[in-house]
Amino acid sequence: MTSRRAAFIALIAVVVPSTATASAGVRREVTPASGTSDMAQLPAGTYRPLYTAPGESAVRVGAFALDRRPVTRAEFLAFVRVHPDWRRGSVRPLHAEPSYLSQWPGVLDAGTGSDLQRPATGVSWFAATSYCAARGKRLPTLDEWEYAAAASGTRRDATADPAFRRALLRLYAARASARLPIAGSGAANAYGIRDLHGAAWEWTRDFNSSHRLYCASGAIGAADPTNYPAFMRSAFRSALTARATLDGLGFRCAADQPV
Amino acid sequence: MLIPLPDNAPRDRRFLTNEDGLIPITATTAARILPSLQRLAPGRRPDPLIPPSLVVSTGSRTLRNTLLIIGAAAALIAASGMIGCTMPADAKELGGATTVPVRTVSDEIVGQEIAILTAAPNVPAQITRTHATRVIVNIDVTEKAMRLADGVDYTMWTFGGTVPGTFIRVREGDLVELHLRNAANSTMPHNIDLHAVTGPGGGAHASLTLPGHETVFTFTAMNSGLYVYHCATSPVPMHMANGMYGMILVEPKAGLSKVDREYFVMQSEFYTKGKFGDPGLQTLDMDKGIDENPTYVVFNGSVGALTGPKALQAKVGERVRLFVGDAGPNLTSSFHVIGEVFDNVYAEGGTVATHNVQTTLIPAGGSAIVEFGVEQAGDLILVDHSIFRAFNKGALGVLTVSGPPEAKVFAAVKSSSPAAR
Repeated sequence: MTSRRAAFIALIAVVVPSTATASAGVRREVTPASGTSDMAQLPAGTYRPLYTAPGESAVRVGAFALDRRPVTRAEFLAFVRVHPDWRRGSVRPLHAEPSYLSQWPGVLDAGTGSDLQRPATGVSWFAATSYCAARGKRLPTLDEWEYAAAASGTRRDATADPAFRRALLRLYAARASARLPIAGSGAANAYGIRDLHGAAWEWTRDFNSSHRLYCASGAIGAADPTNYPAFMRSAFRSALTARATLDGLGFRCAADQPV
Repeated sequence: MLIPLPDNAPRDRRFLTNEDGLIPITATTAARILPSLQRLAPGRRPDPLIPPSLVVSTGSRTLRNTLLIIGAAAALIAASGMIGCTMPADAKELGGATTVPVRTVSDEIVGQEIAILTAAPNVPAQITRTHATRVIVNIDVTEKAMRLADGVDYTMWTFGGTVPGTFIRVREGDLVELHLRNAANSTMPHNIDLHAVTGPGGGAHASLTLPGHETVFTFTAMNSGLYVYHCATSPVPMHMANGMYGMILVEPKAGLSKVDREYFVMQSEFYTKGKFGDPGLQTLDMDKGIDENPTYVVFNGSVGALTGPKALQAKVGERVRLFVGDAGPNLTSSFHVIGEVFDNVYAEGGTVATHNVQTTLIPAGGSAIVEFGVEQAGDLILVDHSIFRAFNKGALGVLTVSGPPEAKVFAAVKSSSPAAR
């Protein structure tokens, strides 16, 4: 019951922006794998989204903290041990598709060895949201995620750098043949964050507010129609529903302050 | 009720029209009929660009009928060679060809069948059904490394596991139920825009499909013709450059004429990081795509897909029909078969045949149906006659015609030997 209430509170926490009080009660249910250094602190700033509103050239993003690497299977296993409602077979159909955690050998068996250190995928938006809330965190907003992901290894905003774009396209293309890498094994970007592009797609709190995605009309209103990596992410998110569970879709958590 | 004046219209020839089409007549004829026209449409202000003698209105039914009579007269004149005209001179065709129908779906759907889809160069059998039915089309989208040329692989995104995607064949009036399934290990969502579809995005909106998911939509094949389909998920050029295209044939209700061979050939480009022939697994070079500078231009998805043991086959005396598409994503095709003349070309995949064509232009995202009888044994060579593409980028195919040589059709009389001085 406690865990069910916790999950419920966690969901409420997502709906209500002020998460601090709601999430405080569940913060210690899952022991964090390590300390504050798991999160990178990002300063406030601006970034240029793929699609901007009329008259808008950049979006301001407040200071926030973001997990340095995707949530792993081992971490998500620890979560479902404490929260039976989020186990495969127990999760409500409203909150996840049938393929939820289907890559796991068992309900409480997320594999062995290095598989435990790979990104947790096959997780719905509802489950990811509850996981983050249980840790006193939340999913990053679309703007926060893109702001963090605009950084190359050396520059905080490498959006317009052709070499960076080519590198991203290579990383996305490589996903087709490769299994998921060990979470955190990719190169760190200028914020010290890893695997935003090189491992799995990742949930954001607001994921399908994109628009105009069909055929050539997808270029209308786009800030830069040559930014193919951004179009790919945008198209991917636009196809999602909150129940969706995909082998190639994981997540990481954010917070206003490092947790 | 229009009187268009082409810029290059000869001084002594203007065009009268009624609502249904153009009627070419000579100035002499116009002068002869003018009194009756003016009697029917008095007070009409002349357009300054048009000789006043030819300004008419078709405001009354009587006048329309008169114009039809004039049209028929003009057709007779044209047919008798008294005038050479640049417009179709058949009055019936004038009336029919330029009518814009707003179609309604009225065919009764009887039964259902699961479409047999085929990989290029093969096409499903001609349709013998004489009624409309529900046709279930199942397409599995996969992403996988496939051969682009000898020693060269490319991570293709496919409709049905092949590039080009599998060929769909339905009949005008059929209700098509399209199931699009995206493999669980795909990196991207995909969808399908069929140019044969009357509806939003050609089906793209309704078919955006996540990896491991399926979507279903239905459409009625309203117009007959040969149509391209392709993925329309953003960024579209990437999905098309990676191989996501194919064709759907909507046979007219009366069916197509019987031929001995039917094949499916689709031209497309690939833009790779490496140069033509550079070995290994190649990926999309976006910059080359934007510059419209392809590394490969191929028929049926790879260099050599229609050569050697994979050459198309026919026998002397047979009739051949090629369903030819151009996926682009950038280039138009100057499709030509070396050593043959197209007897019939249904340009742009439409319904009107032109005859005795050497090279037909196929737009990106368009098609043509070409038909010809093969009268002579030997290899016919399919090319894009933008010839560097054939010679250096892969746009080559072969149709091998087997049988006895026919000397009356062609004979080599003397091989190269010193010329008489």
